[in-house]
Amino acid sequence: MADTMDFALVSPERSLVSAPMSEVQIPGAEGDLTAMPGHAPMITTLRPGLLHIKGPQGEDDYVVTGGFAEISPEGVTVLAERALHQTEMTQEILNDWVAEARKVWEDASDDNAVAHAAKLLADMVAMGTHIGLDPDHSNYVG
Amino acid sequence: MPSLKDLKNRISSVKSTRKITKAMQMVAAAKLRRAQEAAEAARPYAERFEAVLGQLAAGVGGSDTAPLLLKGTGKEDVHLLVVMTSERGLCGGFNTNIVKLARTHAEKLKAQGKTVKILTVGKKGREQLKRNYGDLFVGHVDLSEVKKLGYDNALGIARDLLGRFDKGEFDVATLFYGQFLSVISQKPTAQQVIPAKFELAEDAPSTVYEYEPGETEILDDLLPRGVATQIFTALLENAASEQGARMSAMDNATRNAGEMIDNLTVEYNRTRQAVITNELIEIISGAEAL
Repeated sequence: MADTMDFALVSPERSLVSAPMSEVQIPGAEGDLTAMPGHAPMITTLRPGLLHIKGPQGEDDYVVTGGFAEISPEGVTVLAERALHQTEMTQEILNDWVAEARKVWEDASDDNAVAHAAKLLADMVAMGTHIGLDPDHSNYVG
Repeated sequence: MPSLKDLKNRISSVKSTRKITKAMQMVAAAKLRRAQEAAEAARPYAERFEAVLGQLAAGVGGSDTAPLLLKGTGKEDVHLLVVMTSERGLCGGFNTNIVKLARTHAEKLKAQGKTVKILTVGKKGREQLKRNYGDLFVGHVDLSEVKKLGYDNALGIARDLLGRFDKGEFDVATLFYGQFLSVISQKPTAQQVIPAKFELAEDAPSTVYEYEPGETEILDDLLPRGVATQIFTALLENAASEQGARMSAMDNATRNAGEMIDNLTVEYNRTRQAVITNELIEIISGAEAL
């Protein structure tokens, strides 16, 4: 089995990473999963979270939200609606995202949409806490 | 016959016009390069997205549980036309061509007895459509303050569109924008985004994927994002087309101004000679009379 696979992280505006990786940790909608070379083909949607990659050049973290990951034995492609390197992530950006998620949650009409939006909001806040940013408790009503 | 002074004035005014069009052409060229880069940077995402969505859609396709965004509302009564044009003029026939396509489309739908609604993106198209279709407008997106088109702009339009769809304001949505083929050629294009339509590549590798969560859930999550992606692509293509159209329009204008200056200069010289000849004749006949 090869020890690396192709990895690409793409956002609508640019391609962030395209390099061989040995291990990719993906924040899937139904839980984290780690893809390694030779993984069975699968597609999973993303929840807001940290994407951890490990390759010959070392390890790195990216903040991703919205989109999906396509895993095949030869590689992993992550298409994230928003993707930032962890160092680019700031409190302001998080606040914006949380505020946006909150708005969706407040505007949601039917039960299904409310549950969906609530999960998104919770994931967003959890991600903020995880990377050491305050999820802005001043307007946190969850 | 214009006097020498008039001609001189006209030549200098055409010269300054030429300077302006030349400058605009150069600005458009620089902007075009940036717009093209942005469009190219967005391509990998859009292509992958489309491919995966296509695959999913083919799997779930005809079933009753398919999301509304995919199978439609079952009616085709109310059509929403999203007409994307530029915020600024002086770009040749760019806006007119898009508006013309949208207008033919609207007339065709009207003739079939359907209801037409129009959402405009960009000021120029709105101005052109206002006269005949002003009462069909349901909204307008103003991008004149936007310096650099971002995904968020597309997201905003997509949310607006999806909100209207959820409320049952329309059954079918079509985008009208200028597809960028090359600097000298932009093709006005109509693209249906709701319900989603996918062109499946015939020889697509048919890997069997496992889906987490299920296919329908993924589709539910991804289809709205797919709409945003398509709008984003259209916006970027439109921006590149606009700059391309402006560049060739300004190139033409610069060339025409040059020709005009040449003609005026010839006329100026002729008139000057005529004046000199006239003066000579006067002097000579005056001398002969003595």
